[in-house]
Amino acid sequence: MTRRLLTGNAAAAWGARLAGVDYVPAFPITPQTEIIETLAHWTDTGELDCRLVTLESEHSMATAAGAAAATGVRVFTATSSQGLLYAMEMLYTVAGWRAPFVLVNVSRGLSAPITLEPDHNDILAARDSGFLQIHCATCQEVLDSVLLAFRLAEDQRVRLPVIVNMDGFYLSFTREPVEIPNGDKARGFVGTFESGMQKFRASAPVSQAVVVLGGSPYSYFRYEMHLASLNGLMVYDEVADEFARTCGRRHEAVEVFRTEDAEFVFVMIGSFALKAKDAVDRLRDAGVKIGLVRPRLLRPFPEARLREALLGKKGAAVIDQNISLGKGGVLFTELASALYGQKDAPVLTSFIGGLGGRDLAPEEFYEMAAITRQAAESGQAPPPRLLYTEEELREVRKLQAIAQVERGRLGLEDKTR
Amino acid sequence: MYRLRFHGRGGQGMKTASRLLGTAFFLAGFEVQDAPRYGAERRGAPIFAYVRASRTPINERGIIRRPDLVIVADETLVSIPAAGVLAGITPRTVLLISSREKNAVWRERLNLAGPVLTLPRAAALTDPHELRFIGAACAGAAARLVGVIPRDCLAQAIREELAHLGEAVVARDLDAALGAYDLMEENAGCVTEVPEPSAATYDKPHWIDLPFDGANLAAPDIFTPASSAQVPTGLWRTVRPVIDHDRCHRCAWICSTLCPDSTITVNAEGYPQIDYEHCKGCLICMTSCPAHAIRAVPEEEAAGDEVVGGGD
Ligand code: SF4
Ligand code: SF4
Repeated sequence: MTRRLLTGNAAAAWGARLAGVDYVPAFPITPQTEIIETLAHWTDTGELDCRLVTLESEHSMATAAGAAAATGVRVFTATSSQGLLYAMEMLYTVAGWRAPFVLVNVSRGLSAPITLEPDHNDILAARDSGFLQIHCATCQEVLDSVLLAFRLAEDQRVRLPVIVNMDGFYLSFTREPVEIPNGDKARGFVGTFESGMQKFRASAPVSQAVVVLGGSPYSYFRYEMHLASLNGLMVYDEVADEFARTCGRRHEAVEVFRTEDAEFVFVMIGSFALKAKDAVDRLRDAGVKIGLVRPRLLRPFPEARLREALLGKKGAAVIDQNISLGKGGVLFTELASALYGQKDAPVLTSFIGGLGGRDLAPEEFYEMAAITRQAAESGQAPPPRLLYTEEELREVRKLQAIAQVERGRLGLEDKTR
Repeated sequence: MYRLRFHGRGGQGMKTASRLLGTAFFLAGFEVQDAPRYGAERRGAPIFAYVRASRTPINERGIIRRPDLVIVADETLVSIPAAGVLAGITPRTVLLISSREKNAVWRERLNLAGPVLTLPRAAALTDPHELRFIGAACAGAAARLVGVIPRDCLAQAIREELAHLGEAVVARDLDAALGAYDLMEENAGCVTEVPEPSAATYDKPHWIDLPFDGANLAAPDIFTPASSAQVPTGLWRTVRPVIDHDRCHRCAWICSTLCPDSTITVNAEGYPQIDYEHCKGCLICMTSCPAHAIRAVPEEEAAGDEVVGGGD
């Protein structure tokens, strides 16, 4: 095994390479393109024996991925943000085909306004599609998760595609030390794709998208997908165990950090969770008994694990790097549903932060911990809080004032009225 | 933990510099995080890159708020607030500027509490291809200033990171980096790891509840038409094209037709004129002028002189 500095994008490409993928349908989008470039380079040099095809859109890309997986070959693809949304119709469709493959999404805030920096609204838009979701916090996790994802997707008890998610910039363009598993070991772990009955061939046409009128067969097929997804919880634990034995690294469905004797916890997903770890260490130094709970698996939702980690705690600060407009944080809502009516459930506080890659300062973590402690003491959670400072609003007001002056200069009407 | 930030312009090798330094730290036994930071990439625009290095696993992410060392590859950036060169610097932050001026000049100019050093630059650079070696020199200087990176780790980092560019390039980068490494001998180890403030006493964030604004104000549309004229893209320029009207044939104004930013206009006498507020310095005009009437002048030289686009 070698340890070297890799970006999250390069780590994702290494995952695909080690899994011995046969087919990569591709379409470029920032900040994901480096994954496809890396795979294209290896395909060119012969280091990777696979067929890489550029499609004319993400919609076609997802279709090609599903169709290829239905023939029984191993398929990898990647996209981001608007690309994932453009593929959305086909995400639901190919999951319905029960065609297993792995898609890496590099999170990036959605339009409008346009940004290149990350939050999780793109990946959460695919929450109900039938794809399983693994959320990564480090470049190492990206590589390992791609390998885990193939096992998970291809398992007969699951047979659903899997998305491995990483944050744009904070992982995609950031290099950190990554241990690249030995090729034979990795191949041994992933194994070959036993597609069984799934052998779609041009010479033997099969309709992957049957019409089922009347709700009953439809309900059957969709609910079977739900059950398959839930099986993913058990299958994930099995393959994570095996991965730990083979490659020496354990990636739990829910990572817990210093939670054992904790009274309070932060709950969050993605790469900013590393900042929460740092805050936990510093708060511990200052005498606060706090920990971190980080779901890596978001679909299927590891409800039992989360209950295990959270019941008995006094308070949990849920930090959502997303916003369901008109409701609030998605993770908060999901966690609340998992804990409602449970004995010894902690008070939950809700924070929205990191939209469009907005940084989270250490002081903000300390303050979230303090607010959660107060909430636990009073038994009353405060309203959800957007992490946004006076200074930030002042900057926005300044820009609006400049724009206003310009409008005045051009004789246009005042927009502030 | 060491927290270092490189500032330069697109094309000056800042991403490469951060990778060279990151790999050198890694080879010296450190845990490392390195990353470039840019928007829509473009040559000449201010960019920065950062490196974190620690003997224990790094639990930080993203931009560096309080850097221990700031390395500036392009001195013209210091006076551009949007470049953020001085963001978050403390009295313990070391500032290293690649410049043809002396330390004392910068010290006086910036009047900072912390140490200011310069990395001497031999000559003005007119060839954009030469610019990238500044990155290697900056990485070499930084490696010495932190004082924990052996010379051979730096050299090996350059060989590993740049091998794909061929031996000749590696040799030149080695020269630039090791030369800068040796130059910094006097200040070796002057960069210190500044501890983070404790969680026991911290400044509360001034969070506010965002007020509701009507859609007229809160829709993210651009308020005024033709606002791109107000963005001084001329600030991205590292080299300035200068037209010599004695040589200009007033051809079919090839230069003004080919300028990707339409910054060359033709005056009443038929001579081309460059709008330096918006010229990005791509030098397409220079390379396409059949009369060789356009030459390149380094921006730091041109900015002081009365260089005009020609005509008047
Ligand atoms: S291309 Fe050269 S010769 Fe032609 S107008 Fe421009 S400067 Fe003059
Ligand atoms: S260098 Fe020449 S071609 Fe390029 S933007 Fe400036 S004037 Fe236009």
